[in-house]
Amino acid sequence: MITLSTKKGIVRNTTENEPFVIRASTNKNLPLILRKKEVFLVHEDQNNIPIGFKAYAFFDCAPNVPSEHENIYVLPSDLDHLGDGDVLRIDPNTGSVRVLYRRLSKHNSFLTTERCNSFCLMCSQPPRKINDDYLIDEILAAIPLIDRGTGEIGLSGGEPTLLGDRFFELVKSFKNFLPETSLHILTNGRLFEEVKNAEKISEINHHDLMLGIPLYSDISNIHDFVVQADGAYDETIRGILNLKAYDVRVEIRVVIHNQTYERLPQLANFIARNLTFVDHVAFMGLEMMGFTKTNLNVLWVDPIKYQDKLEAAVTGLDRAGIRVSIYNHQLCLLKPSLYPFSVKSISDWKNEYISECDGCLRKEECGGFFTSAAMKYSDHITPFTS
Amino acid sequence: MDLAKKFKAPEKFIEVSSYNFLPFRFSRFDSRYLLTNEVGEYLFLSNEQFLAFTRHKLKYSEAIYLDLKCKHFLIDSDSDVSIDLLSLKLRTKYQAIKQFTSLHLFVVSLRCDYSCPYCQVSRISENKTQFDMTEETALLGLDFVFKSPSGAIKIEFQGGESLLNFELIRFIVEEASSRNKVEKRDLVFVIATNLSFIDNDVLHFCSEHNIFISTSLDGPQDLHDKNRPRPDKNGYDLTVNGIRNVQRSLGVDKVSALMTTTESSLSRVRDIIDEYISHGFDSIFLRPLSPYGFAVKTKSIHKYNAQRWLDFYKEGMEYIFELNRNGIPFREEYSSIILKKILTPFNPGYVDLQSPAGVAISAIVFNYDGDVYASDESRMLAEMGDKEFKLGSLNNDSYEEIMTSEKILSLLSETMTEGMPMCTDCVFMNYCGSDPVYHYATQKDIIGHKSRSGFCEKNMGVFKYLLGILGEDASRANTLRGWV
Repeated sequence: MITLSTKKGIVRNTTENEPFVIRASTNKNLPLILRKKEVFLVHEDQNNIPIGFKAYAFFDCAPNVPSEHENIYVLPSDLDHLGDGDVLRIDPNTGSVRVLYRRLSKHNSFLTTERCNSFCLMCSQPPRKINDDYLIDEILAAIPLIDRGTGEIGLSGGEPTLLGDRFFELVKSFKNFLPETSLHILTNGRLFEEVKNAEKISEINHHDLMLGIPLYSDISNIHDFVVQADGAYDETIRGILNLKAYDVRVEIRVVIHNQTYERLPQLANFIARNLTFVDHVAFMGLEMMGFTKTNLNVLWVDPIKYQDKLEAAVTGLDRAGIRVSIYNHQLCLLKPSLYPFSVKSISDWKNEYISECDGCLRKEECGGFFTSAAMKYSDHITPFTS
Repeated sequence: MDLAKKFKAPEKFIEVSSYNFLPFRFSRFDSRYLLTNEVGEYLFLSNEQFLAFTRHKLKYSEAIYLDLKCKHFLIDSDSDVSIDLLSLKLRTKYQAIKQFTSLHLFVVSLRCDYSCPYCQVSRISENKTQFDMTEETALLGLDFVFKSPSGAIKIEFQGGESLLNFELIRFIVEEASSRNKVEKRDLVFVIATNLSFIDNDVLHFCSEHNIFISTSLDGPQDLHDKNRPRPDKNGYDLTVNGIRNVQRSLGVDKVSALMTTTESSLSRVRDIIDEYISHGFDSIFLRPLSPYGFAVKTKSIHKYNAQRWLDFYKEGMEYIFELNRNGIPFREEYSSIILKKILTPFNPGYVDLQSPAGVAISAIVFNYDGDVYASDESRMLAEMGDKEFKLGSLNNDSYEEIMTSEKILSLLSETMTEGMPMCTDCVFMNYCGSDPVYHYATQKDIIGHKSRSGFCEKNMGVFKYLLGILGEDASRANTLRGWV
């Protein structure tokens, strides 16, 4: 998952007072009328800088920053990967820059709010009770600037549905400005217990929408414990039923850890019998982020230990005709029968491999290594050498 | 448990003081108890567990408590969404009734070139055209077909030997396809034939209209020809050549075969299955002999009882497991139908295992003369002179008159197993169904006394066998789970 990266820079000759959301350009031949809306990225050729852009971004590795332009921002050199079509949020008062969207990435995701009505033991984005309504303003400002060729956008939280009508406004905006882009929303689904909320999202009639909803157990109190919210299980199940009654696509996400692995086959059977109409089930490995680190001793289980249960769960769902995938699992820990279900690592960031992986021939197919995985991993990592 | 301070312990999320039962049925099952519920979920409990459960003494932390809870045998104060889920599953199970009649059988001719002793309709020599359906009758039949609200329509041509009246099949297929341009139903045709008269003309027509072929194959040559005598003594050769021909010209998925079990078949189940494998089939339907037509007249139904059929079935199943172990995927169809009822929330819609009975509302038969029957078996009974299950005639009665007739309504209301003596308490009720024609044919009563019912004995035996495997034999259970 992409995290927000806030980088502080230097500001010169600014004419702006308020933070603004803007698209980056490297196109020297952009029509003048469009330049007013974009920030020009000065990567190398500093002698031939086109005029008329709203702002100019230099990188602090650059030897000389010319002074004749207005609104110059000198950004830290680790942002020099920025490219044409990326969308930034710039604060002229501090010079800080946040990257909201990267055109060449396949995994753009927006944090909609940090507030949440659950408090999951393994939350990777621990909730905060703050007013962060500005986040949604920024996303709404960013949407029209996003490239129409973008394959998929993700929305995460916190709990996006806590934004109420602004949440629906957001989905509608994605639909209208990005008519070819799929939208994946991570939500706990609890507020869809209200039929009218399911009706509202369905009425938007988004062309390619999937709601990723976590379900951690077939047993109410176990799920409620994992999400630390009494009654959440009933709300989530009713939410899923309402969404499917309104024909909204739903993916069930199951994070596997020490509190959830024992009843994986029963959970799969429960889904196959009661929620047969869901569109996808994803079994996720534990990500070493946020609360997971806090609760590691309660959550950690070596994936080797639950392979039989995972196999029974995946096979059961597959036979029931439900699409099923495994995320965030190192390939060498999975039973061979599960390889076809494993989705390869989806990180944009440099993959970090531990020394146990030296010589492995299947790193490219591995679904398990992301930046945080090195913190705690199985004792059974074994390279594929043939 | 070593949770960080801001998190609450698991016990804080359990508000359970007591639990209540949700509706279920139970029975002793070897040394255990078997529990099933209204939507087909099942669970085995030991004696002690069962007693503790029924005496409200199970603790919420016990694994068996969790299993009973997630399969909706019990409800506790911690969660009540199980009621929503049970209703959803019940709706799903009864969905098929809303679909209404899908399968329509046209008996295009009673003539046949075979003289099988088990034949369920009287055999008539090949040249008597008065036993053929006319175009007028066929058109009335099609009017009836398209009155059905079902989105999926299957038209099956039956005989006698249906291809002896191929001209009418061609007429019906073309007429139905033309009407379907407006109706836009999911329309499928099946020709049930012994393949004696399949030629390039027929194959070309089938290919053009995507028609499926269903035939009879009783086993190896000696058994097939004994069960299904043809005057020229070449039935087997004609059949297997026909199968090969259809596979080659229409596709391997376009031809299926059915076998009928006779006295002579009982000791030959492996040979019969081998015969099916050798022709490239990936499944077999181990069918019992039905008690109609010549089967009753010639007393062959009495020559073996349900128990002997069960032995035959189980021996066949053991062989099929052996095949699967050896890397040859092969299924038994009757088991697959029942497994679907046990392992999924869906009703496979098999006519003989429905409640209320599938008569008229899942399948209906138009006899060659325009008489309308509740099922294929009903017209077989009629050919023996008992028209108990004749619903009317295409020539005199409208769709509305027939489908709302007192005969159908009472047949349906009386064949709901939920209210039938002995069925209502049976642990297998949700996997079973009603066969009023069978019980009428054998006991002169559409419900019948279940302790004397071969239908009941056969099905109970199959349920026990399959559930026994699902409950204790992981490897064979895994094979069975792959069949649904």
